[in-house]
Amino acid sequence: MRRWSVSLLAAALAAGALCHAGTARADASLLNVSYDPTRELYRDVNAAFAADWKQRTGETVTIKQSHGGSGKQSRSVIDGLEADVVTLALAWDIDALAAHGGLVPADWQKRLPDNSAPYTSTIVFLVRKGNPKGIKDWEDLVKPGIGVITPNPKTSGGARWNYLAAWGYAAKKFGGDAAAKDFVGKLFKNVPVLDTGARGATTTFVERGQGDVLLAWENEALLALAEGDGKARFEIVVPSVSILAEPPVTVVDKVVDKHGTRKVAEAYLKFLYTPAGQEIAAKNGYRPRDAAVATKVAAKFPALPLFTVDEAFGGWQKAQATHFADGGTFDQIYTPGR
Amino acid sequence: MRAKHRHALPGFGLTLGVCLAYLGLIVLLPLAALAWKSASLGAGEFWAIVTAPRALAAYRVTFGCAALAGLVNLVFGPLLAWVLVRYRFPGRTLVDALVDLPFALPTAVAGITLTALYASNGPLGRALEAHGWKIAYTPSGITVALVFVSLPFLVRSVQPVLEHLEPDVEEAAATLGAGRLTTLWRVVLPTLWPAILSGFALAFARALGEYGSVIFIAGNMPMVSEIAPLLITAKLDQYDYAGATAIALVLLAGSFATLLALNLLQLVTVRRRSAGSA
Amino acid sequence: MSAPRLASNALRDPWWLRLPLLMLALAFVALFLVLPLLAVFGYAFEKGVDFYFASLVDEDARAAIRLTLLVTAIAVPANTLFGIAAAWLITRFSFPGRGLLLSLIDLPFAVSPVIAGLIYVLLFGAQGLFAPWLAAHDVKIIFAVPGIVLATIFVTFPFVARELIPLMQAQGSEQEQAAITLGAGGFAMFWRVVLPKIGWGLGYGVILCNARAIGEFGAVSVVSGHIRGLTNTMPLHVEILYNEYQRTAAFAVASLLALLALATLALKQLVGWRMRRATPADGTHA
Repeated sequence: MRRWSVSLLAAALAAGALCHAGTARADASLLNVSYDPTRELYRDVNAAFAADWKQRTGETVTIKQSHGGSGKQSRSVIDGLEADVVTLALAWDIDALAAHGGLVPADWQKRLPDNSAPYTSTIVFLVRKGNPKGIKDWEDLVKPGIGVITPNPKTSGGARWNYLAAWGYAAKKFGGDAAAKDFVGKLFKNVPVLDTGARGATTTFVERGQGDVLLAWENEALLALAEGDGKARFEIVVPSVSILAEPPVTVVDKVVDKHGTRKVAEAYLKFLYTPAGQEIAAKNGYRPRDAAVATKVAAKFPALPLFTVDEAFGGWQKAQATHFADGGTFDQIYTPGR
Repeated sequence: MRAKHRHALPGFGLTLGVCLAYLGLIVLLPLAALAWKSASLGAGEFWAIVTAPRALAAYRVTFGCAALAGLVNLVFGPLLAWVLVRYRFPGRTLVDALVDLPFALPTAVAGITLTALYASNGPLGRALEAHGWKIAYTPSGITVALVFVSLPFLVRSVQPVLEHLEPDVEEAAATLGAGRLTTLWRVVLPTLWPAILSGFALAFARALGEYGSVIFIAGNMPMVSEIAPLLITAKLDQYDYAGATAIALVLLAGSFATLLALNLLQLVTVRRRSAGSA
Repeated sequence: MSAPRLASNALRDPWWLRLPLLMLALAFVALFLVLPLLAVFGYAFEKGVDFYFASLVDEDARAAIRLTLLVTAIAVPANTLFGIAAAWLITRFSFPGRGLLLSLIDLPFAVSPVIAGLIYVLLFGAQGLFAPWLAAHDVKIIFAVPGIVLATIFVTFPFVARELIPLMQAQGSEQEQAAITLGAGGFAMFWRVVLPKIGWGLGYGVILCNARAIGEFGAVSVVSGHIRGLTNTMPLHVEILYNEYQRTAAFAVASLLALLALATLALKQLVGWRMRRATPADGTHA
């Protein structure tokens, strides 16, 4: 009887994740609900962490992934998707977990170092090889005849960073929000396609050949270069100034307490801050926080002045309400007769 | 002893129970949840959301493209049905089978494939753009996707009627010296109208809600090529459940009104027909 | 049935009408149906046959295939039973509200897939109406298999019923009444008389229902949660692969869905053909 059940267990494990891991009590299982461009990053992180955890505790941990638009993923967690950890595109989407259903405490961002963002990124331009339209900086994006590809800020986290980066540049350069609104309005007049997510926009630019410049996460741009013959077809243009994108991570308290996975979930997120975790992030095109690792990969990530959402916009709550809520500046751009 | 009564077939209670329970659980209760959620809005608020300029533009795009796609299929659906029923040509069975492809192919696959074909670097898109016609990322692209998705409805509602068409009327018309075109136009087409309209209504209702195949090819520009289902998704992503359900209710009302109109139409034609034969 | 009819010259279109109509129809089919189908297979085999099969035996792909089959295996029989009950009710009895019931059965056809997913989230989600009860009993519906099954049932709800209702209406109920008069029980009457009569029509509806269930994307996407290897159906897996720069693998899985579609269509042709043969009287009393 016992041997029979042991072999059954082995068979269940061998068959992979056919059913919920209820059969294997000793082994932990985590669900990481993340946003779109981090698929490659967390595939590497999960493998490294599972090996590390096994070595340290002897336990096997399996980490399942779910990817999608940041806002959609956050809503899924609010609606009951049992994520042990969330790793999203912007802090506002995790704030929503605190506001709706109290899944995390309101001060979640203080629980881990560096605003709970173990890696950062920024917004750069991906242009076609040889930069035929001569795009050097934000100002070139509003010139007539330039096709700019960016996803829709209403549905994509990455697009919100794009939008705020452009806004912040213009507000600083031309002085004031009125000028910035005018600038961003002109920029979006040059956008022929608004995809719903960052990956969709990349596909539109790379595969469908739309537009002259893609506003992208730096890691997305680096990945586009690394895929296939990307280096022969595209190059990256780094603008004079951009935004410091801080994609935050946190443990979802209500879920880990229910699953009894708090210990391993917290270790998982802390692993992102270790030199090993930081190197994986750097390898996948995210800027590491760790100074030693950063020095090592300095050649990959050009230095440029970066402003934060807190400095330029007074935090995500405010930025969201001003720019992306219904009737905000983004809607005004597309409202006729203004 | 009930069985002795002529009309007393068994199973009324059982099937009525099964139908109402199943319909209630799967369809009515969930749809009631929509109304419940949007009821958290006041009437004024509801009205403001469903008549916002972005929303109005999205209805225009959704209803416009669905109607246009329906019109394209209004021509080609019956044509295809006619050719399949009346003509014999090699590969007829294959073409007949292919008509149902849009039912079976996942809408996302259809969307990705159509975009690849009609984008400016795709084989069809390049040819069309050379003539100044841009398909992908414009309302034309939405229409193309909807034509694909709703084609089977028109073909499949006309086909059976054609198959069962009595030959004597056509023969009589021919004997009376009517030309073939006149016969088709005056004799055959009028008998097809109810089926064509019913297919059109189903195709239109289906196209109103289509999301998966449209989203890739639409371009999704606010006021220009943004469809109403996308607006629902966008509102959901901002945790605006009430706003999303408000738009959803408008869309649902549009589809239901179309179906209701279809049922009324069928009722009227049946009555007229029975009145004519009486 | 149609062969003798075509022999009549009066029913034949002259060549100057035949040819353009045929060409026009075939051009339309080529543009809107054949070309997309070819494109799917073209992309799928872009990197050769080995790569194609490697994409299909990938563990996540296999999990997606298993889940899709499981969901279909629940949703289709459920809708079939309902379809038979609804058709029996509507075609054999007259009662107030029959027309409304008919419209309500059609309704899921016209509901946007996005809304179809949303309504179940509103009911069973953690913020939904039934959330407290579900949490108390530790029942998971949304972001698990039950939610995917529910969404699939909703989307494929009308297929069997819509196929059966016109058929049973046309057939009339004389045979059933005779069986009852002769003393057959309800179950025996159904098994011996009704089922053989509607068999092929039923098969037709089941096949359409099955095709749509396998391919459903929008509604399932809302309630799935997109957990790799756990709640991803085949259509969702296609999207994931496509978003991971694995275009060829994405189209390989997509081509499997297209193949299922074609197999479905072949089966449907067969059933349709048998159905026409089984009811030769159909054309004469219509």
